[in-house]
Amino acid sequence: MKYIYYPGCSLKSTGKLYEESLLAVFDALGIEYEELKDWNCCGATAYMAVDEKKAFVLAARNIALAEQQFKDEEEVNIVAPCSACYMILLKTQKFLEDNPEDMAVIKAALKESGLDYKAKAKIRHPIDVFINDIGEQEIAKRITKPLKGIRVASYYGCQTVRPYSTFDDQRNPVTMDKLFKAAGAEVVDWTMKTRCCGASLTGTIQEVALPLSYIILHEAKKRRADVVTTACSLCQFNLECYQTNIDKKFKTDTKIDVIYFTQLLGLALGLEPKKLGINRLFAKPENLFRIMEGGKPVYV
Amino acid sequence: MDKKSVFAESFALDNAAKDIVEIRRRIKYESELDKSFRDKIAKSAHGEKLYGCIQCGTCSAACPVSHYMDYTPRKIIQMVREGFKEEVLTSSTVWLCASCYACTVECPKGIKITDVMYALKRESILGNYYPKKSPASILANNFFNQVLNNGRNSEGPLLVKMYLKTNPFMLFKNMALGFKLWIRGRISLKTERIKDKKALKKLLQSVEDKSIYKAEVNSPALKEASAV
Repeated sequence: MKYIYYPGCSLKSTGKLYEESLLAVFDALGIEYEELKDWNCCGATAYMAVDEKKAFVLAARNIALAEQQFKDEEEVNIVAPCSACYMILLKTQKFLEDNPEDMAVIKAALKESGLDYKAKAKIRHPIDVFINDIGEQEIAKRITKPLKGIRVASYYGCQTVRPYSTFDDQRNPVTMDKLFKAAGAEVVDWTMKTRCCGASLTGTIQEVALPLSYIILHEAKKRRADVVTTACSLCQFNLECYQTNIDKKFKTDTKIDVIYFTQLLGLALGLEPKKLGINRLFAKPENLFRIMEGGKPVYV
Repeated sequence: MDKKSVFAESFALDNAAKDIVEIRRRIKYESELDKSFRDKIAKSAHGEKLYGCIQCGTCSAACPVSHYMDYTPRKIIQMVREGFKEEVLTSSTVWLCASCYACTVECPKGIKITDVMYALKRESILGNYYPKKSPASILANNFFNQVLNNGRNSEGPLLVKMYLKTNPFMLFKNMALGFKLWIRGRISLKTERIKDKKALKKLLQSVEDKSIYKAEVNSPALKEASAV
C-alpha cells in the first residue's frame, strides 16, 4: 500500500529532523509514500481560535487534495506525523460527518475551487502505520542495532491520543512502547505519557509553559530514563530546546536526551545518524550513543 | 438582642477575617447578564452539551494550567451558562488553554470543553474583548493572517512579528535560541508559500459567512439540548 504524506508546516522548519528521520525509516521499512502536492497549513490551534468555518475548510482542502492525488488508488491513507495536523484532520472529518449542513457549505466551497471532498480518506499517525500495518514482529526482524540496556520514556503528548483515540488508549498509550520493546529497549512505565508540554505557550506565556515541560523532564529523570522520545514537533522543541531555560528557572538539572521516536527507531534499524537529522539536535544524544556502544551513561 | 444587632455582630469581622471573607467581586444584577451568550456558545461547533454540566470539577482537576487561570474551567462553564459575558471573555482562562483536550476526554457529561474554549476565543476576538498585549491572542491573529495570505505558516517571521507587537524585549531574550535553531537549519525568516495561494485565499473568503455563530436562539435543536 502507498501512503500520502502530509508534512505540515513544522516538519519543514523546527521539526525538520522529524521529517528526515520519518522518511528514512519509511525507506528502510519499504513503506511507499508520496508527498501531498501543494498542501496548506492545517490551521493548528490558531485557526479554530479565530474562525471556525475557515479552520474546517483549510483542513478539508488537504483531505480533498489527497483524494484527488490518489484518485486511482484503492485507499487514501494520509500519514500526518505532526500531532496537531493529525488531530485537526481527524476533527474536521468527524465534525463534517456529524454536521451535514456544514458539510454542504464546505463541499460547495471546495467545488468552487475545483476540488471534490469525498470524506473517504483515512487519517493515520505514523505510530499507527508502524504498529498496525507493518507490525512489531516485522520491525523486530529488521533491527540491526538493538537498543539493549536503553531505558526509553515514550512521550506521546496531547493530541496524538486526545480527543480521538483511533489506535491507542487515551490515558495510558502503549503503541510507542511496543515499538521500542520490539527494538530491544527497556520501556519506562510512567504517568507523563500524555501530559501537556505547554505547547505554544512556551512562545507566548513562558511562566506557565516552562513548569509544564519541567514536570515531564523531571519525572523522566526520576524514573531513570535514558532518553525521552516524542511524536510531535512542538513537544520535542519544548522539551529539548528549553532545557537550559528550565534549569535556570528551577535550579535543577533536567539534562536528558529528547529525540523523535523515528530517530531512535532509525538508529535501531542501523541508519546513519546524519540521515536521521541527529546533527540538528541541540546536543548530541551522548547518553544514547554511549549505552548503544555498551558504555555507561554520562549523566543520570 | 434585636434583629439588627445580631446581624451587625455576626458580620463585625476583625481585620484578619475580613481579608478572607470579604466579597471582592463586584455584584452583578440579573439585568446585566447576557443570557443569549450561552446559546451562542452552545451553538458553535461541539458546544451543544454545555447545558448538561453538573459542575463536578473534573475538567478543572484534569487541566494542567487551571491553577494559573483567573476562573477555572468549571467556573467558566457555569459563568457562560449564567451569562457573565464580559467576565468570561476578558478572563485569562480563555487564552491560557493550550488545547490539550484533557478536560474533554475526562468530562463525565461529554462536554467538549476545549471546543467551548475555542468558541470563547473567537467571541473574544470578534467582540474585541481579547487582551491587546497578550501574546497568545496576537499569535492566533497573526497566524490566521499569515495562512490566509500564504497558505502556510512560517515560524520565524510569525514569532518575530508577535514579539515586536507585544514585548520586543522577548525578541532580544530569545535571540540565542533563535540562532541555535538557525545554524541547525531549523528556523528561517523566509515566508513559506503554497503555489495556489490566490485560490486558497478565495476559498477561505468564500466561507466568510459566520452562520455557525449567528444561531437562532430558540431553535428546536437548542431546546432539545437544554432538556438533557
